[in-house]
Amino acid sequence: MSRLRLYQIAVVAGFILLLEALCLAGVIDKITMPPPHIILLDFFRMMMAGRYFDEIGKSLANVLVAFVSAYLIGVIVGTILHGHRTTREILDPLFATYYAIPVFAFYPLFIVMFGLGDGPQILIGFMLAIVAVIVTTLNGLDRVPPVLKKTARVNGLSALQTARRITLPFCAPYLLTAAKLALAYAFIGVIGSEFIMARSGMGYEISYAYTNFDNATMYPLILLILLLSIAANSLLSRWEKILLARRGQG
Amino acid sequence: MQPQENATFRNAVILIVGLFVVWELAYLVVGDVALRSPWQTIQFLGKLMQTDLFWLHLADSMKAFAVALVIAVVLGLLIGFALGLHRLSGEAMEPMLVALYSIPKITLYPIILLAFGIGISAKIAFGAIHGIIPVALFTLNAVRTTRPILIKTGRVLKLSPTVMVREILFPAAVPEIFTGIRVGFSLTLIGTVLGEMFAAQRGLGYLLMNAISLYNIDLIMSVTFLLIVLAASVNMALLVIDRRLHHG
Repeated sequence: MSRLRLYQIAVVAGFILLLEALCLAGVIDKITMPPPHIILLDFFRMMMAGRYFDEIGKSLANVLVAFVSAYLIGVIVGTILHGHRTTREILDPLFATYYAIPVFAFYPLFIVMFGLGDGPQILIGFMLAIVAVIVTTLNGLDRVPPVLKKTARVNGLSALQTARRITLPFCAPYLLTAAKLALAYAFIGVIGSEFIMARSGMGYEISYAYTNFDNATMYPLILLILLLSIAANSLLSRWEKILLARRGQG
Repeated sequence: MQPQENATFRNAVILIVGLFVVWELAYLVVGDVALRSPWQTIQFLGKLMQTDLFWLHLADSMKAFAVALVIAVVLGLLIGFALGLHRLSGEAMEPMLVALYSIPKITLYPIILLAFGIGISAKIAFGAIHGIIPVALFTLNAVRTTRPILIKTGRVLKLSPTVMVREILFPAAVPEIFTGIRVGFSLTLIGTVLGEMFAAQRGLGYLLMNAISLYNIDLIMSVTFLLIVLAASVNMALLVIDRRLHHG
């Protein structure tokens, strides 16, 4: 465990030091990328000054809307589909090929349909996230052992009781995986759309800074997005691991 | 086997017809302001395909995509094998690769643009970074889960590492590696188009973004349609091969 951690820290530190050395040596010129320690200083300056807090808040709010709606609707659709075998078989090829489709290609269409507001961005995040939730929910429900279902029937549990006492607890790790995927996809969808075309938000600010050669803004914002998504991902992954470990012991 | 294949075929037909019906209904509700019907879109696509300019954009996208895919597969395989053969490295790097996989890579695009300049090399680099990680992750897992008896046999025969990879690890890992390449294929295509949508002077993604500023709904719909049909049909074909490899 600690050896693994050390290894990981060494890789990250080595990568940053390499970048620093390359920047200071002039192999990477200043217009392309400022040295990491400058980026870090800019980052703290930006955070202390509270600049872009509105933009950050707006992006995160849109991510949240996309995530929550995709998650709730996805779990409901997944549960319903689980009971409809034929419909599920028909939709299966769609699910199998869905993530091969460039969902972002719909963005221009959504802009034409709904205007250049929050709607198209949330919709892209929602579309990217929902199928992962449906597929993971189905996957979890498939794995509920028949013996548990039979026990429920023998004990005369109602549908609601079965869901609360058996299906939900059993599927908890899958529901968590679904949440992790949905959050990552919602994030990618919203930030990505803002980046391609928008009037505000973190993604927009990055692309604006890029067009203005404003590296002192661009790099700290990129760093912020990387930190946010990696933090969310590793937090949920850890929780997932704890749930799975508990299952293994119990 | 025969009735099952028939059922799969029937389901695919129902799905495709269903999607077209939904599209037609959406068109009837929204109207000409923002949508085109399936038939209008296909007609416009047919007309578009007769222009030289379209083929220029398509060729540019495909060229960037092909090079990006080769880079993604080669680097992905190298990383996957290197990490798969060394246990500690594999265990340490796998979660890091997964975390990298989940970041919105598009935010890294400005850095690539600054490094490569606007043009085909930036598109290639951006497409490739989308594809490398899935290829690497699938390869890593395939190598790690190779049946120990195969590896032991190789050791007993005193195979050199190169021969070991060529004769034992690679053949054993082929089905998983193919899955990685299939996923990498899709993501590289998405990455290439995404890159074109943000900054490019050529390619299908550029055509799409350009159509917004011209408010050319025909163009938007037909290019979107083309991209989706292209991505979906290639992926379905790869999926069929993939399933054969896993069950064959």
